[in-house]
Amino acid sequence: MNLSWLKPRTFWIAVALLAAVALIAAVLLMWRPAIAPIERPPIFDTAQIHRGARVVEAGDCAVCHTRPGGEYLAGGLPLVTPFGTLYSTNITPDAQTGIGQWSLPAFERAMRQGIARDGHFLYPAFPYVHYRLMSPDDIADAYAYLMSGPAVQAPARQNQMNFPMNIRPLVSFWNLLFLHGEPLTPLAERSAAWNRGRYLVDGPGHCAGCHSPLNLIGAEKSSKYLHGGTVDGWDAPALVGLGQRANPWNREQLVDYLRADVVAGHGTPAGPMRPVSLSLARLPASEADAIAEYLLSLEQPPTVTETTAPTPVDPASTAQGALLFTSACAGCHGRAAPMREIDGRPPLHSTSALHAASSRNFLKTVLEGLPPTPGAPGPQMPGFAASVDNRQLAALAAYLRQQARPDQPWADLSSTIEALRQEAK
Amino acid sequence: MSQITLNVNGAAQALELEPDMPLLYALRNHLNLNGAKYGCGLGQCGACTVIVDDQPVFACLTPCAGLQGKQIRTVESLGSAEKPGPLQAAFIEKQAAQCGYCIAGMLMRAQALLERNPHPDEETIREHMAGNLCRCGTHLRIIEAISLVAGQHGSRP
Repeated sequence: MNLSWLKPRTFWIAVALLAAVALIAAVLLMWRPAIAPIERPPIFDTAQIHRGARVVEAGDCAVCHTRPGGEYLAGGLPLVTPFGTLYSTNITPDAQTGIGQWSLPAFERAMRQGIARDGHFLYPAFPYVHYRLMSPDDIADAYAYLMSGPAVQAPARQNQMNFPMNIRPLVSFWNLLFLHGEPLTPLAERSAAWNRGRYLVDGPGHCAGCHSPLNLIGAEKSSKYLHGGTVDGWDAPALVGLGQRANPWNREQLVDYLRADVVAGHGTPAGPMRPVSLSLARLPASEADAIAEYLLSLEQPPTVTETTAPTPVDPASTAQGALLFTSACAGCHGRAAPMREIDGRPPLHSTSALHAASSRNFLKTVLEGLPPTPGAPGPQMPGFAASVDNRQLAALAAYLRQQARPDQPWADLSSTIEALRQEAK
Repeated sequence: MSQITLNVNGAAQALELEPDMPLLYALRNHLNLNGAKYGCGLGQCGACTVIVDDQPVFACLTPCAGLQGKQIRTVESLGSAEKPGPLQAAFIEKQAAQCGYCIAGMLMRAQALLERNPHPDEETIREHMAGNLCRCGTHLRIIEAISLVAGQHGSRP
Protein backbone atom coordinates (compact mmCIF):
# COMPACT_ATOMS: atom_id res chain seq x y z
CA MET A 1 0.00 0.00 0.00
CA ASN A 2 1.38 3.41 -0.95
CA LEU A 3 0.96 5.86 1.90
CA SER A 4 3.33 8.52 0.55
CA TRP A 5 0.44 10.98 0.10
CA LEU A 6 0.07 10.99 3.88
CA LYS A 7 2.10 13.52 5.73
CA PRO A 8 4.08 11.73 8.44
CA ARG A 9 2.24 13.64 11.11
CA THR A 10 -1.23 12.79 9.78
CA PHE A 11 -0.14 9.18 9.45
CA TRP A 12 0.88 8.91 13.08
CA ILE A 13 -2.31 10.55 14.26
CA ALA A 14 -4.30 7.99 12.25
CA VAL A 15 -2.31 5.14 13.79
CA ALA A 16 -2.84 6.50 17.27
CA LEU A 17 -6.58 6.86 16.68
CA LEU A 18 -6.85 3.33 15.36
CA ALA A 19 -4.91 1.99 18.33
CA ALA A 20 -7.17 3.91 20.71
CA VAL A 21 -10.30 2.53 19.02
CA ALA A 22 -8.88 -1.00 19.17
CA LEU A 23 -8.01 -0.54 22.83
CA ILE A 24 -11.48 0.74 23.67
CA ALA A 25 -13.05 -2.14 21.74
CA ALA A 26 -10.84 -4.65 23.57
CA VAL A 27 -11.69 -3.14 26.93
CA LEU A 28 -15.40 -3.09 26.14
CA LEU A 29 -15.23 -6.68 25.00
CA MET A 30 -12.92 -8.18 27.61
CA TRP A 31 -13.43 -6.09 30.73
CA ARG A 32 -16.39 -6.40 33.03
CA PRO A 33 -16.78 -4.40 36.24
CA ALA A 34 -16.94 -6.01 39.65
CA ILE A 35 -20.30 -5.83 41.38
CA ALA A 36 -20.04 -4.55 44.94
CA PRO A 37 -19.84 -7.32 47.55
CA ILE A 38 -22.67 -7.72 50.02
CA GLU A 39 -22.03 -7.89 53.75
CA ARG A 40 -23.91 -11.12 54.38
CA PRO A 41 -26.49 -13.25 52.55
CA PRO A 42 -30.02 -11.82 52.78
CA ILE A 43 -32.79 -13.64 54.65
CA PHE A 44 -35.41 -15.28 52.44
CA ASP A 45 -38.83 -16.69 53.21
CA THR A 46 -39.21 -20.44 53.38
CA ALA A 47 -41.55 -20.74 50.40
CA GLN A 48 -39.02 -19.06 48.12
CA ILE A 49 -36.20 -21.27 49.42
CA HIS A 50 -38.32 -24.34 48.70
CA ARG A 51 -39.05 -23.14 45.17
CA GLY A 52 -35.34 -22.49 44.73
CA ALA A 53 -34.47 -26.02 45.82
CA ARG A 54 -36.51 -27.31 42.88
CA VAL A 55 -34.84 -24.94 40.45
CA VAL A 56 -31.39 -26.03 41.66
CA GLU A 57 -32.43 -29.67 41.25
CA ALA A 58 -33.80 -29.02 37.74
CA GLY A 59 -30.59 -27.19 36.88
CA ASP A 60 -28.44 -30.11 38.05
CA CYS A 61 -26.23 -27.66 39.94
CA ALA A 62 -25.10 -30.28 42.44
CA VAL A 63 -24.20 -32.76 39.70
CA CYS A 64 -21.14 -30.67 38.83
CA HIS A 65 -20.74 -28.51 41.93
CA THR A 66 -20.40 -31.44 44.36
CA ARG A 67 -17.41 -33.74 44.10
CA PRO A 68 -17.74 -37.40 45.14
CA GLY A 69 -17.29 -37.54 48.90
CA GLY A 70 -17.25 -33.74 49.08
CA GLU A 71 -19.57 -31.25 50.76
CA TYR A 72 -22.83 -30.43 48.96
CA LEU A 73 -22.33 -27.63 46.39
CA ALA A 74 -18.76 -26.93 47.59
CA GLY A 75 -17.30 -27.68 44.12
CA GLY A 76 -14.05 -29.47 43.30
CA LEU A 77 -15.34 -31.87 40.65
CA PRO A 78 -12.86 -32.15 37.76
CA LEU A 79 -14.39 -31.54 34.33
CA VAL A 80 -12.16 -32.89 31.60
CA THR A 81 -12.56 -30.85 28.40
CA PRO A 82 -10.62 -30.94 25.13
CA PHE A 83 -9.03 -27.67 26.32
CA GLY A 84 -7.80 -28.85 29.71
CA THR A 85 -9.24 -29.74 33.08
CA LEU A 86 -11.55 -27.42 34.99
CA TYR A 87 -12.68 -27.75 38.58
CA SER A 88 -16.19 -26.75 39.56
CA THR A 89 -16.32 -24.01 42.16
CA ASN A 90 -17.88 -23.55 45.56
CA ILE A 91 -21.42 -22.15 45.30
CA THR A 92 -22.24 -22.29 49.01
CA PRO A 93 -22.68 -18.88 50.71
CA ASP A 94 -19.16 -18.85 52.18
CA ALA A 95 -17.90 -15.26 51.97
CA GLN A 96 -14.29 -16.03 51.07
CA THR A 97 -14.42 -19.19 48.97
CA GLY A 98 -18.07 -19.36 47.89
CA ILE A 99 -20.70 -16.90 46.64
CA GLY A 100 -21.50 -15.41 50.06
CA GLN A 101 -20.66 -11.87 48.86
CA TRP A 102 -22.72 -12.11 45.68
CA SER A 103 -25.79 -9.93 45.36
CA LEU A 104 -28.75 -11.09 43.29
CA PRO A 105 -27.66 -8.88 40.34
CA ALA A 106 -24.19 -10.46 40.52
CA PHE A 107 -25.71 -13.95 40.57
CA GLU A 108 -28.06 -13.14 37.71
CA ARG A 109 -25.19 -11.71 35.64
CA ALA A 110 -23.26 -14.95 36.18
CA MET A 111 -26.28 -17.04 35.19
CA ARG A 112 -27.04 -15.01 32.06
CA GLN A 113 -23.62 -13.77 30.92
CA GLY A 114 -21.05 -16.03 32.55
CA ILE A 115 -19.34 -13.25 34.53
CA ALA A 116 -18.29 -13.77 38.16
CA ARG A 117 -19.05 -11.12 40.78
CA ASP A 118 -15.50 -9.75 40.64
CA GLY A 119 -15.80 -9.37 36.86
CA HIS A 120 -13.80 -12.37 35.63
CA PHE A 121 -15.10 -14.49 32.77
CA LEU A 122 -16.42 -17.94 33.67
CA TYR A 123 -15.74 -20.82 31.31
CA PRO A 124 -18.70 -21.97 29.21
CA ALA A 125 -18.54 -25.42 30.82
CA PHE A 126 -20.82 -23.56 33.22
CA PRO A 127 -23.94 -23.65 31.03
CA TYR A 128 -24.86 -19.96 31.14
CA VAL A 129 -25.85 -20.21 27.46
CA HIS A 130 -28.81 -22.21 28.80
CA TYR A 131 -29.34 -20.58 32.16
CA ARG A 132 -29.77 -17.22 30.42
CA LEU A 133 -33.04 -18.61 29.03
CA MET A 134 -34.46 -19.03 32.53
CA SER A 135 -37.10 -16.78 34.02
CA PRO A 136 -35.98 -14.00 36.40
CA ASP A 137 -38.14 -15.58 39.12
CA ASP A 138 -36.44 -18.97 38.83
CA ILE A 139 -33.02 -17.35 39.03
CA ALA A 140 -34.06 -15.35 42.09
CA ASP A 141 -35.48 -18.49 43.73
CA ALA A 142 -32.29 -20.47 43.00
CA TYR A 143 -30.31 -17.60 44.52
CA ALA A 144 -32.50 -17.68 47.64
CA TYR A 145 -31.94 -21.41 48.04
CA LEU A 146 -28.19 -21.30 47.45
CA MET A 147 -27.68 -18.34 49.80
CA SER A 148 -29.68 -20.03 52.57
CA GLY A 149 -27.66 -23.25 52.72
CA PRO A 150 -24.71 -23.96 55.01
CA ALA A 151 -21.55 -22.06 54.09
CA VAL A 152 -18.65 -24.40 53.39
CA GLN A 153 -15.09 -23.17 53.26
CA ALA A 154 -13.59 -24.80 50.18
CA PRO A 155 -11.20 -22.79 47.99
CA ALA A 156 -11.38 -23.36 44.24
CA ARG A 157 -8.88 -25.82 42.86
CA GLN A 158 -6.42 -24.57 40.26
CA ASN A 159 -7.69 -25.22 36.73
CA GLN A 160 -5.32 -26.88 34.29
CA MET A 161 -6.34 -25.25 31.03
CA ASN A 162 -4.07 -25.36 28.01
CA PHE A 163 -2.78 -22.22 26.31
CA PRO A 164 -4.50 -20.09 25.06
CA MET A 165 -7.67 -21.17 26.86
CA ASN A 166 -6.03 -20.40 30.20
CA ILE A 167 -6.51 -16.69 29.34
CA ARG A 168 -10.01 -16.04 30.60
CA PRO A 169 -10.72 -12.76 28.74
CA LEU A 170 -10.57 -14.76 25.51
CA VAL A 171 -13.91 -16.28 26.55
CA SER A 172 -15.37 -12.92 25.53
CA PHE A 173 -14.83 -13.83 21.87
CA TRP A 174 -16.59 -17.13 22.44
CA ASN A 175 -19.47 -15.23 24.04
CA LEU A 176 -19.61 -12.88 21.08
CA LEU A 177 -20.19 -15.87 18.81
CA PHE A 178 -22.40 -18.10 20.90
CA LEU A 179 -24.07 -16.14 23.68
CA HIS A 180 -27.52 -15.10 22.59
CA GLY A 181 -31.14 -15.83 23.37
CA GLU A 182 -33.66 -14.28 25.71
CA PRO A 183 -35.66 -15.86 28.53
CA LEU A 184 -38.03 -18.36 26.93
CA THR A 185 -41.64 -17.36 26.44
CA PRO A 186 -44.37 -19.99 26.03
CA LEU A 187 -45.67 -20.71 22.52
CA ALA A 188 -49.43 -20.18 22.48
CA GLU A 189 -50.14 -23.02 20.05
CA ARG A 190 -48.49 -25.60 22.33
CA SER A 191 -49.76 -27.21 25.53
CA ALA A 192 -48.66 -26.01 28.95
CA ALA A 193 -46.77 -29.28 29.49
CA TRP A 194 -44.94 -28.93 26.17
CA ASN A 195 -43.89 -25.38 27.04
CA ARG A 196 -42.80 -26.45 30.50
CA GLY A 197 -40.84 -29.32 28.96
CA ARG A 198 -39.09 -27.04 26.48
CA TYR A 199 -38.24 -24.64 29.29
CA LEU A 200 -36.75 -27.42 31.42
CA VAL A 201 -34.82 -28.96 28.51
CA ASP A 202 -33.40 -25.73 27.06
CA GLY A 203 -33.16 -23.68 30.24
CA PRO A 204 -32.20 -25.14 33.61
CA GLY A 205 -31.85 -28.75 32.41
CA HIS A 206 -29.30 -27.70 29.73
CA CYS A 207 -29.81 -31.07 27.99
CA ALA A 208 -28.10 -29.89 24.80
CA GLY A 209 -24.86 -29.43 26.76
CA CYS A 210 -24.35 -33.19 26.35
CA HIS A 211 -26.99 -34.21 23.80
CA SER A 212 -25.91 -31.83 21.02
CA PRO A 213 -22.60 -32.27 19.23
CA LEU A 214 -19.98 -29.62 20.03
CA ASN A 215 -17.97 -27.67 17.48
CA LEU A 216 -14.19 -27.26 17.51
CA ILE A 217 -14.26 -24.59 20.21
CA GLY A 218 -16.67 -26.42 22.45
CA ALA A 219 -19.96 -24.72 21.55
CA GLU A 220 -23.13 -26.64 20.79
CA LYS A 221 -23.86 -26.91 17.07
CA SER A 222 -27.26 -25.23 16.96
CA SER A 223 -28.05 -26.82 13.58
CA LYS A 224 -27.69 -30.23 15.25
CA TYR A 225 -29.86 -29.41 18.26
CA LEU A 226 -30.21 -32.55 20.43
CA HIS A 227 -28.83 -34.77 17.66
CA GLY A 228 -26.58 -36.55 20.15
CA GLY A 229 -23.09 -35.97 21.50
CA THR A 230 -20.34 -37.59 23.55
CA VAL A 231 -19.61 -36.92 27.21
CA ASP A 232 -16.95 -38.54 29.39
CA GLY A 233 -16.64 -41.34 26.85
CA TRP A 234 -20.39 -42.02 26.93
CA ASP A 235 -22.64 -41.62 23.98
CA ALA A 236 -25.31 -39.01 24.80
CA PRO A 237 -27.96 -40.29 22.40
CA ALA A 238 -29.98 -38.15 20.02
CA LEU A 239 -33.16 -36.88 21.66
CA VAL A 240 -34.88 -36.19 18.38
CA GLY A 241 -37.05 -38.92 16.89
CA LEU A 242 -37.26 -40.86 20.16
CA GLY A 243 -40.73 -42.07 19.22
CA GLN A 244 -39.77 -43.15 15.71
CA ARG A 245 -36.75 -45.34 16.38
CA ALA A 246 -36.50 -49.07 15.82
CA ASN A 247 -37.09 -49.52 19.55
CA PRO A 248 -39.31 -46.48 20.11
CA TRP A 249 -39.94 -44.72 23.39
CA ASN A 250 -43.42 -43.95 24.61
CA ARG A 251 -44.25 -41.22 27.09
CA GLU A 252 -44.64 -43.49 30.09
CA GLN A 253 -41.31 -45.22 29.45
CA LEU A 254 -39.54 -41.91 29.01
CA VAL A 255 -40.99 -40.49 32.23
CA ASP A 256 -39.89 -43.54 34.20
CA TYR A 257 -36.44 -43.46 32.61
CA LEU A 258 -36.01 -39.75 33.32
CA ARG A 259 -36.80 -40.56 36.95
CA ALA A 260 -34.06 -43.22 37.17
CA ASP A 261 -36.35 -46.26 37.05
CA VAL A 262 -35.53 -49.49 35.24
CA VAL A 263 -37.71 -49.42 32.12
CA ALA A 264 -38.83 -52.54 30.27
CA GLY A 265 -37.52 -52.39 26.72
CA HIS A 266 -34.92 -49.71 27.43
CA GLY A 267 -32.99 -50.17 30.67
CA THR A 268 -31.96 -47.54 33.20
CA PRO A 269 -29.86 -44.37 33.03
CA ALA A 270 -26.13 -44.98 33.40
CA GLY A 271 -22.98 -42.89 33.32
CA PRO A 272 -23.43 -39.11 33.48
CA MET A 273 -27.21 -39.48 32.95
CA ARG A 274 -27.60 -41.37 36.23
CA PRO A 275 -27.13 -38.35 38.56
CA VAL A 276 -29.25 -36.22 36.22
CA SER A 277 -32.12 -38.71 36.43
CA LEU A 278 -31.74 -38.97 40.20
CA SER A 279 -32.15 -35.17 40.35
CA LEU A 280 -35.28 -35.38 38.22
CA ALA A 281 -36.65 -38.14 40.43
CA ARG A 282 -36.61 -35.70 43.35
CA LEU A 283 -38.90 -33.30 41.44
CA PRO A 284 -42.66 -33.76 40.98
CA ALA A 285 -43.41 -36.38 38.29
CA SER A 286 -45.13 -33.65 36.25
CA GLU A 287 -41.67 -32.21 35.42
CA ALA A 288 -40.39 -35.43 33.82
CA ASP A 289 -43.77 -35.78 32.11
CA ALA A 290 -43.42 -32.30 30.60
CA ILE A 291 -39.90 -33.10 29.40
CA ALA A 292 -41.19 -36.32 27.83
CA GLU A 293 -43.99 -34.50 26.00
CA TYR A 294 -41.56 -31.95 24.60
CA LEU A 295 -38.88 -34.46 23.61
CA LEU A 296 -41.33 -36.81 21.91
CA SER A 297 -42.53 -33.88 19.79
CA LEU A 298 -39.07 -33.46 18.27
CA GLU A 299 -38.94 -35.03 14.83
CA GLN A 300 -36.29 -37.36 13.56
CA PRO A 301 -34.17 -35.57 10.96
CA PRO A 302 -33.92 -37.28 7.57
CA THR A 303 -31.22 -39.86 8.12
CA VAL A 304 -28.41 -40.71 5.78
CA THR A 305 -28.89 -44.29 4.69
CA GLU A 306 -26.13 -46.67 5.62
CA THR A 307 -24.20 -47.48 2.48
CA THR A 308 -21.47 -49.69 3.88
CA ALA A 309 -22.33 -53.35 4.08
CA PRO A 310 -22.26 -54.62 7.68
CA THR A 311 -19.15 -56.55 8.56
CA PRO A 312 -20.06 -60.20 9.02
CA VAL A 313 -19.73 -61.44 12.57
CA ASP A 314 -17.25 -64.21 13.20
CA PRO A 315 -19.33 -67.19 14.49
CA ALA A 316 -16.44 -68.33 16.70
CA SER A 317 -16.49 -64.93 18.39
CA THR A 318 -20.23 -65.05 19.12
CA ALA A 319 -19.88 -68.63 20.41
CA GLN A 320 -17.21 -67.38 22.81
CA GLY A 321 -19.49 -64.47 23.69
CA ALA A 322 -22.25 -66.91 24.61
CA LEU A 323 -19.89 -68.77 26.96
CA LEU A 324 -18.79 -65.53 28.57
CA PHE A 325 -22.39 -64.48 29.02
CA THR A 326 -23.03 -67.69 30.96
CA SER A 327 -20.06 -67.24 33.26
CA ALA A 328 -20.07 -63.49 33.83
CA CYS A 329 -23.57 -62.16 33.12
CA ALA A 330 -26.19 -64.90 33.40
CA GLY A 331 -26.29 -64.80 37.21
CA CYS A 332 -28.22 -61.55 36.87
CA HIS A 333 -29.16 -61.27 33.20
CA GLY A 334 -29.89 -64.90 32.28
CA ARG A 335 -33.40 -65.93 31.29
CA ALA A 336 -34.31 -67.45 34.67
CA ALA A 337 -32.18 -65.21 36.90
CA PRO A 338 -34.00 -63.94 39.99
CA MET A 339 -33.22 -60.37 39.03
CA ARG A 340 -35.16 -60.88 35.81
CA GLU A 341 -37.96 -62.93 37.33
CA ILE A 342 -38.51 -61.16 40.62
CA ASP A 343 -37.03 -57.71 40.08
CA GLY A 344 -38.44 -57.03 36.63
CA ARG A 345 -35.19 -56.28 34.83
CA PRO A 346 -35.48 -56.24 31.03
CA PRO A 347 -33.59 -58.78 28.93
CA LEU A 348 -30.32 -57.20 27.77
CA HIS A 349 -31.11 -57.57 24.08
CA SER A 350 -34.09 -55.23 24.39
CA THR A 351 -32.15 -52.39 26.03
CA SER A 352 -31.37 -49.09 24.32
CA ALA A 353 -27.65 -49.63 24.89
CA LEU A 354 -27.70 -52.75 22.70
CA HIS A 355 -29.90 -51.11 20.06
CA ALA A 356 -27.79 -47.96 19.79
CA ALA A 357 -25.74 -47.28 16.68
CA SER A 358 -22.66 -46.89 18.85
CA SER A 359 -21.36 -49.65 21.11
CA ARG A 360 -19.96 -47.16 23.61
CA ASN A 361 -22.71 -47.18 26.21
CA PHE A 362 -22.92 -50.95 26.34
CA LEU A 363 -19.14 -51.25 26.66
CA LYS A 364 -18.89 -48.47 29.24
CA THR A 365 -21.61 -50.07 31.34
CA VAL A 366 -19.84 -53.43 31.33
CA LEU A 367 -16.47 -51.86 32.12
CA GLU A 368 -17.63 -49.47 34.84
CA GLY A 369 -20.90 -50.98 36.06
CA LEU A 370 -23.67 -48.99 37.68
CA PRO A 371 -22.76 -47.47 41.03
CA PRO A 372 -25.25 -48.02 43.86
CA THR A 373 -27.66 -45.20 44.68
CA PRO A 374 -27.50 -44.33 48.37
CA GLY A 375 -30.82 -45.15 49.98
CA ALA A 376 -32.13 -47.19 47.04
CA PRO A 377 -32.07 -51.01 46.86
CA GLY A 378 -30.92 -50.96 43.25
CA PRO A 379 -30.08 -51.14 40.51
CA GLN A 380 -26.39 -51.79 41.04
CA MET A 381 -23.96 -53.51 38.73
CA PRO A 382 -20.30 -54.28 39.36
CA GLY A 383 -17.75 -53.08 36.82
CA PHE A 384 -15.99 -55.78 34.80
CA ALA A 385 -12.89 -53.83 33.75
CA ALA A 386 -10.59 -56.18 35.69
CA SER A 387 -12.63 -59.34 35.04
CA VAL A 388 -12.73 -59.49 31.24
CA ASP A 389 -10.06 -58.66 28.70
CA ASN A 390 -10.59 -56.71 25.49
CA ARG A 391 -11.02 -59.78 23.31
CA GLN A 392 -13.62 -61.23 25.66
CA LEU A 393 -15.51 -57.98 25.89
CA ALA A 394 -15.59 -57.72 22.09
CA ALA A 395 -16.94 -61.27 21.83
CA LEU A 396 -19.57 -60.59 24.46
CA ALA A 397 -20.67 -57.39 22.74
CA ALA A 398 -20.84 -59.09 19.35
CA TYR A 399 -22.93 -61.93 20.80
CA LEU A 400 -25.45 -59.67 22.54
CA ARG A 401 -25.65 -57.25 19.62
CA GLN A 402 -26.50 -60.14 17.35
CA GLN A 403 -29.51 -60.88 19.54
CA ALA A 404 -30.63 -57.25 19.53
CA ARG A 405 -29.87 -56.22 15.94
CA PRO A 406 -28.83 -59.24 13.86
CA ASP A 407 -28.92 -57.06 10.73
CA GLN A 408 -26.50 -54.46 12.09
CA PRO A 409 -23.41 -55.80 13.85
CA TRP A 410 -21.27 -53.19 15.60
CA ALA A 411 -18.19 -52.25 13.63
CA ASP A 412 -14.86 -51.35 15.26
CA LEU A 413 -15.53 -53.08 18.58
CA SER A 414 -11.84 -53.74 19.24
CA SER A 415 -10.74 -50.18 18.57
CA THR A 416 -13.61 -48.72 20.63
CA ILE A 417 -12.74 -50.96 23.57
CA GLU A 418 -9.08 -50.04 23.27
CA ALA A 419 -9.97 -46.32 23.20
CA LEU A 420 -12.27 -46.63 26.23
CA ARG A 421 -9.56 -48.44 28.20
CA GLN A 422 -7.08 -45.69 27.33
CA GLU A 423 -9.55 -42.98 28.36
CA ALA A 424 -10.10 -44.71 31.71
CA LYS A 425 -6.39 -44.54 32.58
CA MET B 1 -14.23 -79.45 28.78
CA SER B 2 -11.19 -77.47 27.92
CA GLN B 3 -7.63 -77.37 29.16
CA ILE B 4 -6.90 -74.14 31.06
CA THR B 5 -3.72 -73.28 32.94
CA LEU B 6 -4.26 -70.90 35.84
CA ASN B 7 -1.44 -69.32 37.79
CA VAL B 8 -2.71 -69.30 41.36
CA ASN B 9 -0.66 -68.04 44.30
CA GLY B 10 2.52 -68.37 42.26
CA ALA B 11 1.98 -71.95 41.01
CA ALA B 12 0.82 -72.98 37.54
CA GLN B 13 -2.21 -75.28 37.69
CA ALA B 14 -3.28 -77.21 34.60
CA LEU B 15 -7.03 -77.81 34.87
CA GLU B 16 -9.80 -79.46 32.85
CA LEU B 17 -12.69 -77.02 33.14
CA GLU B 18 -16.00 -76.26 31.54
CA PRO B 19 -15.17 -73.28 29.36
CA ASP B 20 -17.89 -71.13 30.94
CA MET B 21 -16.80 -71.73 34.54
CA PRO B 22 -16.32 -68.67 36.75
CA LEU B 23 -13.02 -68.53 38.64
CA LEU B 24 -14.57 -69.07 42.08
CA TYR B 25 -15.62 -72.65 41.28
CA ALA B 26 -12.21 -73.52 39.88
CA LEU B 27 -10.55 -72.22 43.04
CA ARG B 28 -12.89 -73.95 45.47
CA ASN B 29 -13.84 -77.17 43.68
CA HIS B 30 -10.71 -77.92 41.69
CA LEU B 31 -7.91 -76.40 43.75
CA ASN B 32 -9.38 -76.74 47.26
CA LEU B 33 -8.71 -73.08 47.93
CA ASN B 34 -11.80 -72.49 50.04
CA GLY B 35 -10.92 -69.05 51.39
CA ALA B 36 -12.91 -67.18 48.75
CA LYS B 37 -16.60 -67.66 49.49
CA TYR B 38 -19.76 -67.86 47.45
CA GLY B 39 -21.99 -65.07 48.76
CA CYS B 40 -24.50 -63.81 46.23
CA GLY B 41 -23.13 -64.95 42.88
CA LEU B 42 -24.08 -61.52 41.50
CA GLY B 43 -21.04 -59.38 42.22
CA GLN B 44 -22.94 -57.47 44.88
CA CYS B 45 -21.38 -58.67 48.14
CA GLY B 46 -17.67 -59.25 47.60
CA ALA B 47 -17.25 -62.47 49.63
CA CYS B 48 -15.53 -64.05 46.60
CA THR B 49 -13.00 -61.24 46.03
CA VAL B 50 -9.55 -62.32 44.84
CA ILE B 51 -6.73 -60.40 43.15
CA VAL B 52 -5.98 -60.82 39.45
CA ASP B 53 -2.65 -59.20 38.57
CA ASP B 54 -3.09 -56.12 40.78
CA GLN B 55 -6.86 -55.65 40.69
CA PRO B 56 -9.51 -57.00 43.07
CA VAL B 57 -12.19 -58.92 41.16
CA PHE B 58 -15.37 -60.79 42.02
CA ALA B 59 -14.33 -64.41 41.37
CA CYS B 60 -17.99 -65.48 41.10
CA LEU B 61 -18.39 -63.68 37.80
CA THR B 62 -14.88 -63.65 36.38
CA PRO B 63 -14.62 -66.24 33.59
CA CYS B 64 -11.63 -68.61 33.82
CA ALA B 65 -11.29 -68.48 30.06
CA GLY B 66 -9.51 -65.11 30.00
CA LEU B 67 -7.20 -65.69 32.94
CA GLN B 68 -4.39 -67.68 31.32
CA GLY B 69 -1.11 -65.88 31.87
CA LYS B 70 -2.49 -63.74 34.70
CA GLN B 71 -1.40 -63.90 38.32
CA ILE B 72 -4.31 -64.93 40.54
CA ARG B 73 -3.96 -64.51 44.30
CA THR B 74 -6.33 -65.72 47.02
CA VAL B 75 -6.40 -65.12 50.76
CA GLU B 76 -4.28 -68.26 51.20
CA SER B 77 -1.35 -66.30 49.74
CA LEU B 78 -1.36 -63.72 52.55
CA GLY B 79 -0.34 -66.05 55.39
CA SER B 80 -1.54 -68.98 57.45
CA ALA B 81 -3.26 -69.49 60.79
CA GLU B 82 0.18 -70.04 62.34
CA LYS B 83 1.86 -67.20 60.50
CA PRO B 84 -0.68 -64.57 59.55
CA GLY B 85 0.44 -61.78 57.23
CA PRO B 86 0.45 -58.15 58.47
CA LEU B 87 -3.08 -57.41 57.21
CA GLN B 88 -4.43 -60.66 58.66
CA ALA B 89 -2.68 -59.91 61.97
CA ALA B 90 -4.32 -56.48 62.03
CA PHE B 91 -7.76 -58.04 61.41
CA ILE B 92 -7.12 -60.37 64.36
CA GLU B 93 -5.85 -57.55 66.58
CA LYS B 94 -8.91 -55.41 65.85
CA GLN B 95 -11.20 -58.48 66.06
CA ALA B 96 -12.65 -57.49 62.70
CA ALA B 97 -14.37 -60.82 62.02
CA GLN B 98 -17.67 -61.86 63.54
CA CYS B 99 -19.00 -64.81 61.51
CA GLY B 100 -16.02 -64.46 59.17
CA TYR B 101 -17.75 -65.28 55.91
CA CYS B 102 -16.87 -61.98 54.24
CA ILE B 103 -13.36 -61.68 55.65
CA ALA B 104 -11.36 -63.42 52.93
CA GLY B 105 -12.89 -61.08 50.39
CA MET B 106 -12.36 -58.06 52.64
CA LEU B 107 -8.69 -58.98 53.08
CA MET B 108 -8.07 -59.34 49.36
CA ARG B 109 -9.81 -56.09 48.45
CA ALA B 110 -7.87 -54.25 51.17
CA GLN B 111 -4.61 -55.93 50.10
CA ALA B 112 -5.06 -54.66 46.54
CA LEU B 113 -5.47 -51.12 47.86
CA LEU B 114 -2.44 -51.28 50.17
CA GLU B 115 -0.21 -52.57 47.39
CA ARG B 116 -1.15 -49.63 45.21
CA ASN B 117 -1.27 -47.05 48.00
CA PRO B 118 0.48 -48.19 51.21
CA HIS B 119 -0.85 -45.29 53.31
CA PRO B 120 -4.43 -44.55 52.28
CA ASP B 121 -6.50 -42.18 54.44
CA GLU B 122 -9.79 -43.34 55.90
CA GLU B 123 -11.88 -41.73 53.15
CA THR B 124 -9.89 -43.64 50.51
CA ILE B 125 -10.28 -46.88 52.47
CA ARG B 126 -14.03 -46.40 52.83
CA GLU B 127 -14.46 -45.64 49.15
CA HIS B 128 -12.32 -48.58 48.08
CA MET B 129 -14.01 -51.08 50.42
CA ALA B 130 -17.56 -50.01 49.48
CA GLY B 131 -17.94 -52.98 47.12
CA ASN B 132 -17.67 -55.55 49.93
CA LEU B 133 -20.45 -56.14 52.44
CA CYS B 134 -20.39 -57.63 55.95
CA ARG B 135 -23.81 -58.75 57.10
CA CYS B 136 -22.66 -58.87 60.73
CA GLY B 137 -21.85 -55.20 60.49
CA THR B 138 -18.15 -55.22 61.47
CA HIS B 139 -17.29 -52.64 58.82
CA LEU B 140 -15.94 -50.18 61.40
CA ARG B 141 -13.53 -52.74 62.80
CA ILE B 142 -12.50 -53.75 59.29
CA ILE B 143 -11.71 -50.12 58.49
CA GLU B 144 -9.76 -49.85 61.78
CA ALA B 145 -7.74 -52.94 60.89
CA ILE B 146 -6.87 -51.62 57.43
CA SER B 147 -6.05 -48.20 58.91
CA LEU B 148 -3.71 -49.91 61.37
CA VAL B 149 -1.64 -51.38 58.54
CA ALA B 150 -1.94 -48.18 56.49
CA GLY B 151 -0.56 -46.16 59.40
CA GLN B 152 2.57 -48.29 59.83
CA HIS B 153 4.91 -46.09 57.85
CA GLY B 154 7.81 -47.76 56.16
CA SER B 155 6.48 -51.30 56.53
CA ARG B 156 5.14 -53.31 53.64
CA PRO B 157 1.63 -54.66 54.06
